[in-house]
Amino acid sequence: MRNAFLIARRELEAYFISPIAYVVTAAMLVVLGYFFSVILFVTRQASLRPLFGGSALIVLLFVLPLLTMRLLAEEQRSGTIELLVTAPVRDGEIILGKYLASLAFYLLMLVPTLYYPVVLEVFGRPDWGPILTTYLGIILLGGSLLGVGTLASALTSNQIVAAVLGVGMALLLWLIPSLAGFVSGPLADVLQYLGLSSHIADFAKGIIDTRHVVYHLSVIAASLFLATRILETRRWR
Amino acid sequence: MITVRGLTKYYGSLPAIQDVSFDVAAGEVLGFLGPNAAGKTTTMRILTGYMPPSAGKAVVAGYDVVEHSLEARRHIGYLPESVALYPEMSVRAYLEFMAALRGVGPARRRKQRVDEVMARCQVAHMADRPIGKLSRGYRQRVGLAQALVHDPEVLILDEPTVGLDPAQIIEVRDLIRELGRDHTIILSTHILSEVEHVCQRVMIIHEGRIVAEDTRDRLRARLKGGELLYVEVAGAPSEEITAGLLSLPHVQDVRPLGDNAYQVTCTLGSDIRAGLAQFVVQKGWQLLELRRERISLEEIFLQLTSDEPRPDQAPAGR
Ligand SMILES: Nc1ncnc2c1ncn2[C@@H]1O[C@H](COP(=O)(O)OP(=O)(O)O)[C@@H](O)[C@H]1O
Ligand SMILES: [Mg+2]
Repeated sequence: MRNAFLIARRELEAYFISPIAYVVTAAMLVVLGYFFSVILFVTRQASLRPLFGGSALIVLLFVLPLLTMRLLAEEQRSGTIELLVTAPVRDGEIILGKYLASLAFYLLMLVPTLYYPVVLEVFGRPDWGPILTTYLGIILLGGSLLGVGTLASALTSNQIVAAVLGVGMALLLWLIPSLAGFVSGPLADVLQYLGLSSHIADFAKGIIDTRHVVYHLSVIAASLFLATRILETRRWR
Repeated sequence: MITVRGLTKYYGSLPAIQDVSFDVAAGEVLGFLGPNAAGKTTTMRILTGYMPPSAGKAVVAGYDVVEHSLEARRHIGYLPESVALYPEMSVRAYLEFMAALRGVGPARRRKQRVDEVMARCQVAHMADRPIGKLSRGYRQRVGLAQALVHDPEVLILDEPTVGLDPAQIIEVRDLIRELGRDHTIILSTHILSEVEHVCQRVMIIHEGRIVAEDTRDRLRARLKGGELLYVEVAGAPSEEITAGLLSLPHVQDVRPLGDNAYQVTCTLGSDIRAGLAQFVVQKGWQLLELRRERISLEEIFLQLTSDEPRPDQAPAGR
C-alpha cells in the first residue's frame, strides 16, 4: 500500500506538468459551465439536478479517458515500466497507484465546479442535501470511468489507442441500458443494472442507494483487477 | 550468489534462450558476452524478475526469482539496456523515488543515500536537472545510480557502455571495476574489450545457448590449446626449419606463414623463447623476429560462434 502511494504521488506530480491534464480540465469546465449557465438561465431553479442528473455528464466519458491514457501505455512505450516492475513492488500496487493519481487529479478538477453551488447559494436557496449526494455520484461515476480508462491504458503501449479504447469502453458501458428496450423480462433488468447511465440520476435526486454505490465500486474493482492481470500477462509473452 | 539452471525462454514458438545454466560466486564480476540477439537481455530480464522463464530456475541471493520474486528483487540492482527513465523528473527526485520504492528509509537516510550515489556516479552537479535534458552519458550514470541506491548485493547491468563516447566508456568501466570490489556483478556486452577490462570470468552466449564459460585467461588459452609465438627465421629451407622447431620441448605445432615466418604453438604456461633463440643460433640460422602472440577475445569469439561445428559437437557422419 505504501508503494501504491509512492507511485500515486509521482504520477500526480507528472499530471501537474502535463499540458493534456490542463486541457482536459479546461474542456470539462467549459462544457459543464456552459450547460450550468444555460440551464440556470432557462429553468431559474437553484438546483444542480438538471446539470448533473442529465446528459451534460457525458462529457466525462470523453475527457476522463484522456486523463488515464498515459498511465501505463506511456510506461510501456518508453520502457520505464521495466524499472518499475523490477522494483520490489507488486503489479497490483502499480495499477492502484496509477489509478489513485488519476482519481486525485479528478477530485482537484472538480474543485472549480464548487463555484456552481456557490452561485446558487448567492442567488437562490438551494437544497444542500441533493447537492452533496450529486457530488458523491459524480465522484463515483468519475471513479468508474477512470478505472475503465486505467484498464484501457494497460492494454496498449499507444496513448491514442488507450484513449480511444477508454472512450469506447465507457460508451459501451454507458449505453448498455438502451439495449434493454429490445428484450423483455429479467434480462432487461440485468441490462438496465449493468449500464453506467442507470447509476447516476438517483444521486442528483438526493438519494444514496447502496446498489448504485456497489455498482460503481464493482466497476472500479473489476477494472483494476483486470488491469493488474494484463500488466502481468503482457510480460509473460 | 546467483544460480541458474536450465533456463529456457520462448517468445511464441521461437526460443530466445535454451538450457542456460551458470553460477556466479559472491563478489565475482561475470561478463556475459554475445552478439546481438544472442539472448543476453532475455536472460537478465528473467533474473531481475521482469518476466518468468518458460522453463528452468534461477536463484539470486538465495531467493527463487519466480517463487520469491519480491525478495529476490530487493537484492538486485538493475540497469536495463534501454535505460528508460522518467524524462520530466529531476535526477534527485527520480533517485529518491526509486530509493523509496526499494525500501530505503527513513527520509533522512534516503536523502543521504541519494547524495552518496550521485557523488559516486558523478551526477551530483546535475541533481536538479530534468532527466530528459541530460546527455546519453549522464542518463547512463543516473541509471547506474538508481541501480545502486538501495545498496544491493547483486548488480545486473545490461550493456552498460552502449552509446557512450570513449571517455565516458572508460569512466563507466572504472566505476564498474570499483563496484566489483564489494558487489556481485553480471554485465552483458557485445564488445570484447569490455570483458577484457572489467570481468574476471566470461560466459559466451550465442543463439540462446552458452557456448563457453571460464575465467577470461583460461578461456583465451583453452581455445587455442596453448601459448602462441610468432617467429621469423631465415637461413634454411622452410621444411627443415619447421622440423627443427617441432623438435623443441613444449612445441605442439608449427605453422609456416610464408616469408620466413612461422606460428609456433606451445603447451599452456610454457615460455620457450630463450631456448628457441639459442637453438636457432646453434643451427646457424638467423633469427629475425620472435614475439609472443596474444589471442584476442575477438578470435575466441569468432571461433566459438562461427557456424562451423566444433569438434566436440560435430554431427555424426560428417
Ligand atoms: N519481447 C520479445 N518478443 C519476441 N521476441 C523477442 C523479444 N525480445 C527478444 N526477442 C528475441 O529473442 C532473441 C534474443 O534477444 P535478446 O535477449 O534481446 O538478445 P541480446 O540482448 O543478446 O541482444 C532475439 O532473437 C530477439 O529477436
Ligand atoms: Mg540486449
